[in-house]
Amino acid sequence: MASLGSVLLALAFFSAVAAAVLALRGRHGERRWVDLSRRTVYGFCALLTCCVAIIEIAFAGNDFSFNIVQQHSSLETPAFYKMAAMWSSQEGSLLLWAWVLSLASSAALYATRNRLREVVPWATAVMMGIAAFFTGLMLFAPDVDPFATLSPVPSDGIGLNPLLQHPSMMIHPPMLYSGYVTTTIPFAFAIGALITRRVDAEWVRATRRFALISWAFLGLGLMLGARWSYTELGWGGYWAWDPVENAALMPWLIGTAFLHSIMVQEKRGMLKVWNACLVVGTFSLALLGTFLVRSGVLQSIHAFGDNTVGPYILGLIAVVLIGSTALIVSRLDDLRSPKRIDSLISREAVFLINNLLLVGLTAVIFWGTFFPLISELFTGEKASLAAPWFDRYTTPLAILLVLFTGIGPLLAWRRVSWDSAKRIFVLPLVVGAVVTVALVLFTDAAHKPWALALFAFAAFALTGLAQEFWRGAAARRRLSGGSMAGALVALVSRNRRRYGGYIVHAGIAVLLIGIAASSSFQTNRDVTLRPGQSTVVDGRKVTYVRPTVAVDSEKFTFGQLVSVEEDGKRTALLHPSRRFFRPTGVPSGTIGSYFAGEATSEVGLNAGLTNDFWIAPQPDISTVQRQVRAADQGFAACVRGGPGTPPQCKSLQTMMLAARANPRLRATALAQIARLQQATADRIARGYVHDDAPVTFKVIVNPLVTWIWIGGLIAFCGALIAIWPSRGRRRGSPVRTEADALKEAKYREIRDAELDHAAGKLSDEDYAILDAELRKEAVQILDEVGAGGGSNGAGNGNGASANGGTAREKVEQG
Amino acid sequence: MDPQRKRKIRLVVALSVAVLLSVALIYTSFTASTQAKEPSELLSATPGTSYDMTGEVVKGSIEHQGNGIAFLVRDRDGSGQALPVTYHGTIPDPFRGGREIVLTGEMKSGTFVGEPETLVTKCPSKFTTQSNG
Repeated sequence: MASLGSVLLALAFFSAVAAAVLALRGRHGERRWVDLSRRTVYGFCALLTCCVAIIEIAFAGNDFSFNIVQQHSSLETPAFYKMAAMWSSQEGSLLLWAWVLSLASSAALYATRNRLREVVPWATAVMMGIAAFFTGLMLFAPDVDPFATLSPVPSDGIGLNPLLQHPSMMIHPPMLYSGYVTTTIPFAFAIGALITRRVDAEWVRATRRFALISWAFLGLGLMLGARWSYTELGWGGYWAWDPVENAALMPWLIGTAFLHSIMVQEKRGMLKVWNACLVVGTFSLALLGTFLVRSGVLQSIHAFGDNTVGPYILGLIAVVLIGSTALIVSRLDDLRSPKRIDSLISREAVFLINNLLLVGLTAVIFWGTFFPLISELFTGEKASLAAPWFDRYTTPLAILLVLFTGIGPLLAWRRVSWDSAKRIFVLPLVVGAVVTVALVLFTDAAHKPWALALFAFAAFALTGLAQEFWRGAAARRRLSGGSMAGALVALVSRNRRRYGGYIVHAGIAVLLIGIAASSSFQTNRDVTLRPGQSTVVDGRKVTYVRPTVAVDSEKFTFGQLVSVEEDGKRTALLHPSRRFFRPTGVPSGTIGSYFAGEATSEVGLNAGLTNDFWIAPQPDISTVQRQVRAADQGFAACVRGGPGTPPQCKSLQTMMLAARANPRLRATALAQIARLQQATADRIARGYVHDDAPVTFKVIVNPLVTWIWIGGLIAFCGALIAIWPSRGRRRGSPVRTEADALKEAKYREIRDAELDHAAGKLSDEDYAILDAELRKEAVQILDEVGAGGGSNGAGNGNGASANGGTAREKVEQG
Repeated sequence: MDPQRKRKIRLVVALSVAVLLSVALIYTSFTASTQAKEPSELLSATPGTSYDMTGEVVKGSIEHQGNGIAFLVRDRDGSGQALPVTYHGTIPDPFRGGREIVLTGEMKSGTFVGEPETLVTKCPSKFTTQSNG
């Protein structure tokens, strides 16, 4: 099996190289080379899928001849985690990278198979070059061959670290990886567009969906990581400004900026240089994230032992950065746009500000993350920056971002007259002001000005967004009748990109409310209690009712029943615990080994919409450990024998003597000892319950923290709505030419302006000017299509002109 | 004002804001950061100054004292003299002998006293070639 895998992996490497070469042969428009190259990419994808399947089958079947299986799984590992164990290893995660890239490349090439004929060959070459790099790493770099085998075959594996045995493990790493990897697609198409000087909005339209998918994956990965940290790691936080977290946040932030600014390029043909820089930045930061977790250059709570592949990835980042910069500089003349931003109160101006904020935020995080290296360079001393430094800069930037999250959707493209601006902004401003006053009067929010500002801006943004939905639905209802709810559904489903985006904005505003509230108004106390004792934390009576304890062959579990009362009523009965695992993969010798392995906290959590009550125990187990030590010494004395041996050792001693004489009895003797040790551990554990031993609890009362997860979920749903293809696209002909795409985009702009006007966002005067401009541009496009498609390929000439004729009438009629 | 000049002024304003912000960023990062030191360097460090200590917990040296712990740390490469450490506060799940930790604190009469809630233990889980169980 393993050798089959190696062969398939080698074939995959060659097919990636072949696809790149074939694509470049077809760069002057020879379709047959390009088609062949696309099919080779599909083949590459199929080969890697087989490789992944082989590894997964080996995990499922406990095939310990695979090094990767022996290192990361064991007979006892639950089946669920066996499937996830692949990506807990270095080589498995590289395979995952390459596999996701092969899937995304195939999807992207399928979607563009009849479009972008000049750009696609170069984009294919870039994607397959990167794919060949990662596949090549597995083949040629030391220690990262996923199909490495062991001989002789061990009988059991080391197993998966208990900390990683959490349902999030199944989905958090693949989500982050998918997010990282899919940034390759927009990058590859951007490079293709730059090389062929086709720098119009077509490559943006073709890859926007991939950029959005990558953004959504990365966001979901970050959310799951935060949630995992909050519920599992026993420190009660969800974000620590750890380098590895920052590494995933940075491409997400730049990706957010990119998604906004490509709309400006699409609609207005501006910001082309900026977009090219952003797409290169997103991809480089995604590579940097992949590199950071494999290098050990920075101190992180995520320690990653070896750095065998780190230098290679660093080399790739250097190539990407230098190559892209040179390319952008050489294409500056093509990228320059004759258009200017018309007015500061227009959507594109707000997008520009939001871009600057996002890039600024990323710059701050980048500086802070790499500060240890910077400081060593200048002062010779490694120094690091802690969370307060990050908070100082990211807080005001995040607050401003929320404000613009609200302003952007309220403004129309190109220009907004003062009169209509006033009309749109009144309600959100009033609500924002009322919320601020109410918070100052009725809560202690005034003590935390930053949080107060964020709440006010979020109220403003959420009202603005609600108003957008309301006005849009009302306008739609005026046009086509029906109920308000029906109009709302129709509005969203017909303008998925716009309203999906608004839903994302609402989700982010909600998420930031949750972050601001839980970080500013958190109560965090350490209390030491004996069974039966109570204390009061933030108005809640917390009682340590009684201890529980359990031992099995794997672990000691010290649990605590904790009751929480509010106003005399019990609101929760929680059962947090701390578990001490035996080290996995080594034969257990003593009872003491229970305390030599991992220890994990099982958090007690009573989540609610207003407050989370969070508790994690730190039991004082010194008595238990003392008893265990004594018992171990007793066993050792028994086995050793000699003078002064206690009488109860007699039978055990006889057995050991027999085993020494006859090796075949050894297994029985060892099993007997293990049984006795287990019984002793049981007895000690039972004793602990009556010990009255104190436990130090970390108690956290976290306001509104649930809204972080709810906000994240809302944002993700919004992203899904924006990603989902529109109905016409799905039902319509699968063949889409560039001219069709251009036409469709212009129609959408006309529709957008119409909607903005109907919703009262554009004044009659502004709308008249804008509409006339757009229709003129649409007619121009249709004329070009009608004239035989120009450079857009001959095959579609007839169909397009027939189509263009009727469409032209439609546009001119208005 | 002609649009050319207006654009130029806007650019200058934007650039100066960016420069000011980056100066603030650089200045605060050098003043707010804590120096990272390894145990062997700390033995001769000035008492009363706060440091980020990074080192490896010596196996078998951890002792529970009431609700705190005392243990020894060594340089990450395993060399140098061991440094005694005391710490009160939450102990992260992965903490144990042989693990790398980061702890903020200061030297008091030959012992490194950690500030509560600053103990960070590196998650040993991923991408290690050799699991040392």
